[in-house]
Amino acid sequence: MTAVASRSSRAAVRVDRRGVITGLGAGGVAVFLGMIGMLVAFDGRNVIDPILSLGYAVLIGVFVVAGHRAAAREELEGVEFEPYGPYDVVSGAVAGIVGGAVVGGFILLIEAFDVREVFTNVSPALVDFLTLDSGLAVGLIAMALGGAVFGAVGAATHLLPARVKDSAISAVIWIFIIGFIELVIVDIVESFKFADFFEDFVYGDRRGLTVPAALLVGAGVFLLTWRFRGRVVAFRARIQVMPEEQRRKTGVVIALVLIALGAILPAVLGTFVNELLTIVGLFLLMGLGLNIVVGLAGILDLGYVAFFAVGAYTTAVLTSPLSPAFSPELTWFAALPFVIVFAAMAGVLVGTPVLRMRGDYLAIVTLGFGEIARILFLSDWFKGIFGGAQGIIQIPSVEIGPLTIKGTDPQQVFYLLLFFVVIVAYVSWRLQDSRIGRAWIAMREDEQVAEAMGVNTVTAKLLAFVIGAIMASFGGAIFAAKIGSIFPNSFQFLVSIIVLVLIIVGGMGSIPGVAVGAFVLVGVLGGPTSPGLLREFAEFKLLIYGTLLVYMMLKRPEGLLPSARRTRELHQEEYLQDAWIDAQEKEGHPEEDG
Amino acid sequence: MTTTTRRRPRTRLRFGFVDSFLWAVRIGAVAIIGVGLIGSIADTLSGEGISGGAWRDLVITGLSQGSMYGLIALGYSMVYGVLGFINFAHGEVFTAGAIVGFFVADALAEAGMWTDLPILAISIVMLTSITTATLVAVLVERIAYKPLRGAPRLIPLITSIGMSFFLQYAIRGLFGSNIKSYPQRPTALQGSVDLFGVPIGKAQLAVIVVAAVSMVSLYLFINRTKTGRAMRAVAEDKEIAALMGINVNRTIVTTFAVGGAMAGVAGTLWGLLFRQVFFFTGFLPGVKAFTAAVLGGIGNIVGAYLGGISLGLFESVGPNLILAPLGVPAVSQLKDVVAFTALVLVLIFKPTGLFGERLAVEDRA
Repeated sequence: MTAVASRSSRAAVRVDRRGVITGLGAGGVAVFLGMIGMLVAFDGRNVIDPILSLGYAVLIGVFVVAGHRAAAREELEGVEFEPYGPYDVVSGAVAGIVGGAVVGGFILLIEAFDVREVFTNVSPALVDFLTLDSGLAVGLIAMALGGAVFGAVGAATHLLPARVKDSAISAVIWIFIIGFIELVIVDIVESFKFADFFEDFVYGDRRGLTVPAALLVGAGVFLLTWRFRGRVVAFRARIQVMPEEQRRKTGVVIALVLIALGAILPAVLGTFVNELLTIVGLFLLMGLGLNIVVGLAGILDLGYVAFFAVGAYTTAVLTSPLSPAFSPELTWFAALPFVIVFAAMAGVLVGTPVLRMRGDYLAIVTLGFGEIARILFLSDWFKGIFGGAQGIIQIPSVEIGPLTIKGTDPQQVFYLLLFFVVIVAYVSWRLQDSRIGRAWIAMREDEQVAEAMGVNTVTAKLLAFVIGAIMASFGGAIFAAKIGSIFPNSFQFLVSIIVLVLIIVGGMGSIPGVAVGAFVLVGVLGGPTSPGLLREFAEFKLLIYGTLLVYMMLKRPEGLLPSARRTRELHQEEYLQDAWIDAQEKEGHPEEDG
Repeated sequence: MTTTTRRRPRTRLRFGFVDSFLWAVRIGAVAIIGVGLIGSIADTLSGEGISGGAWRDLVITGLSQGSMYGLIALGYSMVYGVLGFINFAHGEVFTAGAIVGFFVADALAEAGMWTDLPILAISIVMLTSITTATLVAVLVERIAYKPLRGAPRLIPLITSIGMSFFLQYAIRGLFGSNIKSYPQRPTALQGSVDLFGVPIGKAQLAVIVVAAVSMVSLYLFINRTKTGRAMRAVAEDKEIAALMGINVNRTIVTTFAVGGAMAGVAGTLWGLLFRQVFFFTGFLPGVKAFTAAVLGGIGNIVGAYLGGISLGLFESVGPNLILAPLGVPAVSQLKDVVAFTALVLVLIFKPTGLFGERLAVEDRA
């Protein structure tokens, strides 16, 4: 007994120190989010109509995560750790209180000193937000109490049985998702009879679910997860162990269902969502292309936007009646072969000088090429061909026989995009396991070994560049027809980065991963200039993209939907360790115990 | 990691497409530079081109601009030397220093100190700028790079790209997106002085001198102090350095701190010279400073500084010297093109940089 008592008291001191440190960190994060204006901006959108705004949801999230982390134990394989107990809840609460106190101190500070001259977002609105609109005293108490409660909740998740925990987490996630995709759902139900009733019941006035709808969604998802937990994983595992032929068939069926869905969707959606879908489609197209360069061949190309620009400018010059130098006024489809040829040439031109550079130099040099392309398009030097800063206007619509696809109609543009996305996805999928695909993957894993094994790395790299370039140039050509006029400033470095983020978040080298990345990121956050489903995110879009990039690299470098091979590659040590442990156990050597 | 650029017995035997292409680039580059040079000499002699005075101004602009590139490049070079990856977020460390420096300078100008005690005021600005930049650099290292020790080279690079965007937009969120103007330069830094018969702007001269002094102190720090020796040892071989009793992690943090401090100095100098800063200020100088580090030979401290100066000169003089005689209009738009082309050409002609690389064995590839 005494041993247990002394151990837990020692643990108490250790845990509390950890709680305080985590709490300080959480408070710092909360203050930072307030200072950059994120909390106030997100307050403009509700998750659950009158009671919970996105701003408060983020603040609560910070405390919950702090409590969770303060109580978390490092789980090492083969090392036993103390089971979680009620004491952990206390340390979570400690973290929460400390975090709340930091925020409280911040409120007092900004009440006492006016720092708006320097920190533009530290406004009275922020004070109102942090004090819940009810005065300083209430605000300070609320921060401390709220911190304690939510910190404790975060820590308490460790005590719950896994099944309850998973169900609760997915219930919360789905409440957010249903709230976020309000525009999509409203568009879909619009055509039904009960649309008005449904809308009023599910969505409140200031965006977000109504309380009964939130309860319903929460309970429903909780029960569904409770009942079917593990089935999805089991299903995926079953696909994994299927024979090659059958797995391929399943994949094809899933893909066909998704394509059919994609074909039906735009017909029922409104203009805004359709417009957003075209942006998603453009990024998906570029993402699939960059996936070949970065994901399969392992070449980090940061100037990918250059190829997109080449596609757009080739189309513009060849089709627009107002293109400065010469205007053959081809139709869009007649210009397409030239787009492909020029993109391939650009791919060779960029690819050849960098072939022998090491990976990181290559990244910066391609970045340089991307900037060079943009500056040349912008410069007076080539004004005679590309129109300089004025760009090229009056790019005609796409005509296929009797059909005309007007750039102003996002629905039609989406079908054009879908056509190209399907082609490009099919090509990528066929390439993956082809001879050249395997050569790329071998090169990504170890270039010298690949070369020794007879892979012609020069051809393989150039092919990756060229194919990636052609895929991006399709995107550029459609972009030109969609916008109707192009300017050099549409081709910023930012575009390359957004494409890179979505393939990294989705999973490098995995086609479904790229699709998920494009839909989730571009769909929710929006493209470089256009808003996504959450317009409140516009200001913080790139901050979030940057954070995601760092987070993914630190915690899950293989992405959300990774390709199996890539996962093995990145967690090689763990796999080797597991293999070693397995081998030890098979041989019957018990692990040595101290 | 990639096929080596120096030891390539196989490709030496086979003269393939790539070699022909690279040779075409080499010959083309030499031809263009040669023709341009001859053209501009002819233009200047015949009095058609820009005058001698204008050339001198371009050189001075290039030197002062290049001094700042050099200071930023030191951070890239040292980090690459020690950890073997490109710290893409270093340009934003510079921005952070410049922007926080602005607020201090602004406050001092309001208090009247900026004009009354310019030296003291600028020193205070520089100190805050250095402190901020150092703090940011160390924090970034702690949060983003420390967990990635030993990861494949591209992973910390991608992380640092993410960090760069995070910092840019964090700075934008904190301080707003408007352009901030440093107060008018104090009278001591206005006008120009004659140096050996050459008139040179006082501000430019100050920038060049401060950068040179910082460079020399850094050189002495690296070569004469115990910490500096530890840094060189860690750059050479981390494991053996650890065996010799060097605290590798602390040395890495020191490297980031010193690099950040240099970026902070550059930030203040930027504010003094160009006066305008905003959240995106550091991006291009950051990329170019990396170019400068490669130009001078990565890992080589003096090389980074000289590379910065060379790059500054290339991009201010280059467009007029080489492109203008070839009939290219509005060459000043093309200075970034010249800078990036210089990077590509150096990597094609002499991948180890103008002054030689100093890298650990494992990083040389």
